[in-house]
Amino acid sequence: MMTEFFLRLRKAGVPVTLTEFLTLLEALSQRVTAHSIEEFYYLARATLVKDERHYDRFDQVFGSHFKGLETLFDEMIGAKVPLEWLHKLAELTLSEEDKQLIEALGGWEKLMETFAQRMAEQEGRHQGGSKWIGTAGTSPFGAYGYNPEGIRIGQDVSRHRRAVKVWDRREFRNFDDTVELGTRNIKIALRRLRRFAREGAAQELDLDDTIQSTARNAGYLELKMVPERHNAVKVLLFLDVGGSMDDHVQECEELFSAARSEFKHLEYFYFHNMVYEGVWKDNRRRFNEKTDTMTVLNTFGQDYKLILVGDATMSPYEITYPGGSVEHFNAEAGHIWLSRLLRAYPNAIWLNPVWPNRWSYIPSVQIVRDMMGERMYPLTLEGLEQGIRALQRAR
Amino acid sequence: MSPTRFSGTDRYVATDDLMMAVNAAVTLGRPLLVKGEPGTGKTQLAEEVALALNRPFLQWHIKSTTKAQQGLYEYDAVSRLRDSQLGDERVHDIANYIVKGKLWEAFTTDVQPVLLIDEIDKADIEFPNDLLHELDRMEFFVYETRQVVKARHRPIIIITSNNEKELPDAFLRRCFFHYIRFPDRETMERIVNVHYPNLKKRLLSEALEAFFEIRDVPGLKKRPSTSELLDWIKLLVAEDIPPEALRGDQHKLIPPLYGALLKNEQDVHLFEKLLFMSKRKKD
Ligand SMILES: Nc1ncnc2c1ncn2[C@@H]1O[C@H](COP(=O)(O)OP(=O)(O)OP(=O)(O)O)[C@@H](O)[C@H]1O
Ligand SMILES: [Mg+2]
Repeated sequence: MMTEFFLRLRKAGVPVTLTEFLTLLEALSQRVTAHSIEEFYYLARATLVKDERHYDRFDQVFGSHFKGLETLFDEMIGAKVPLEWLHKLAELTLSEEDKQLIEALGGWEKLMETFAQRMAEQEGRHQGGSKWIGTAGTSPFGAYGYNPEGIRIGQDVSRHRRAVKVWDRREFRNFDDTVELGTRNIKIALRRLRRFAREGAAQELDLDDTIQSTARNAGYLELKMVPERHNAVKVLLFLDVGGSMDDHVQECEELFSAARSEFKHLEYFYFHNMVYEGVWKDNRRRFNEKTDTMTVLNTFGQDYKLILVGDATMSPYEITYPGGSVEHFNAEAGHIWLSRLLRAYPNAIWLNPVWPNRWSYIPSVQIVRDMMGERMYPLTLEGLEQGIRALQRAR
Repeated sequence: MSPTRFSGTDRYVATDDLMMAVNAAVTLGRPLLVKGEPGTGKTQLAEEVALALNRPFLQWHIKSTTKAQQGLYEYDAVSRLRDSQLGDERVHDIANYIVKGKLWEAFTTDVQPVLLIDEIDKADIEFPNDLLHELDRMEFFVYETRQVVKARHRPIIIITSNNEKELPDAFLRRCFFHYIRFPDRETMERIVNVHYPNLKKRLLSEALEAFFEIRDVPGLKKRPSTSELLDWIKLLVAEDIPPEALRGDQHKLIPPLYGALLKNEQDVHLFEKLLFMSKRKKD
């Protein structure tokens, strides 16, 4: 029961580790809770989930896993607890890191022994209470006046309880970072961009630390360095505006304009659907104040990282044929311009606000994605993070 | 005997899930990490836990320059250098220049204390990792005096974060975690009640109505939080504003003293613009 819960959490993308799982067992054995499945839910969540972005996934797994299982809930925390299944669990789920941790704690056997011992001690202290290890079928709740009526879950809700369970309310849905950027996660997205901006920053002398260290060092000079506040990551940003992008433009702009002060070098340009021979800086004056794309290419060096933001949703002609643009007559096809950009800035990604499971149904998205060498990411927190990671792995 | 379970105080409203997280952390002696929007009572929580469980309270406020070592102790090399130049006798004993940090203090109190490590995300990204060993073993070594400082009692440690940085996995694994969700209406009513027990029911209900409406205005840079609501109510009471004045009817669209709720100039503009538009629609 519990093993499966653990596995399902991991499968759903909640990064639970064995350590945390053992903590949950320990908490149960120390009777942090024993009253209701609701309390159990709170305890499990506080122990296993370390990021509110994962609350929603946790809720879903919890809801489906423990649905209608009020009797099994006894059994689960009741009798047939650890050894065999922990072993099995370990084989199935240990990561390298877990293994090292267990090694550090004196090996698996030792750990299990300590664990069993601790539970036994616990047992002694609460003598008389229901049994934890070895005794099958006794509910640990008896001694606490636990009333099985109280924990009905699933559709069969008893009259005096709230209609919907906490986990079924899905209150944390919008904390999940695989959903699109909204006003709240924009702030977090920003922080990630900022971190990106700071990375690889040059070092500068830390005077205070140098003085301290030198004094400590009996007067021998010891230089201390800290990373410089701003940094050198250079970014060229191309934003798609108009048409199908209207819904997303505001959030993109907000995101990047706010990030602007963090980058020493952030240059941005707008385009419509596809990049052609001209781009522009001020969207209100797009028709009379164009910048030649060629000039952009010649102005900014190879060390710039290129971020294109667009839904890549258009007629394939707009990419593949001269004159395909919806807005003007383009002498050269869009794909030629995109290739030029990518040759000039090999370190490039495309961020797409369109939900990824629709990508394969939109031919133009497929074409662009191919051209990007798969470096297209959804415009979500998670996608942004992946994209930034890709940018950091220089090509 | 001090109580061992936390269930809020008469000054602090704790929801069921928060209580559970606190009690789990207290029982198992592991740190509790608390996150949440500004003003959701993260900092106050630790103080209330100390109060409720009758423990001494220690607060370590983290800044961007704070180093983990400062929580253990600092060696004041500069004073020693000065003393040696002034020929002060103290200079011979290095122990005179060891300045205890908050963790050291927490390790040596007579009864188990509550230690708040406030805004851990302000510090360098390595900060939490640098504390792992001490938090695990509940001891550390003072090189200068060759002394081991061991915790007399495992302190109850509450750590807050505003999500400015992500915290390292190794650190997170050792903590219990709770995200304080922005209070729903019912919870907020209880919170206001503990601060203003004598508030008139109608005023409370109108104020909450207006407050949640403002929070729902899309595009606000800074949505008002609990602290702003409390400040606002204080003003409403001080100015003796009648509940009717908070009604969003035709004549009085703008709630009085709303400057207490919206502190960002852009937000004020946005709000006024929206009100103006909705007023025109109605007219
Ligand atoms: N649950 C609560 N019960 C009682 N008062 C509360 C509660 N939550 C918030 N408050 C009140 O709101 C104000 C802000 O609380 P506090 O400073 O603890 O928030 P915080 O989460 O630490 O904020 P920040 O992130 O800005 O540091 C305080 O006046 C506090 O009394
Ligand atoms: Mg605070």
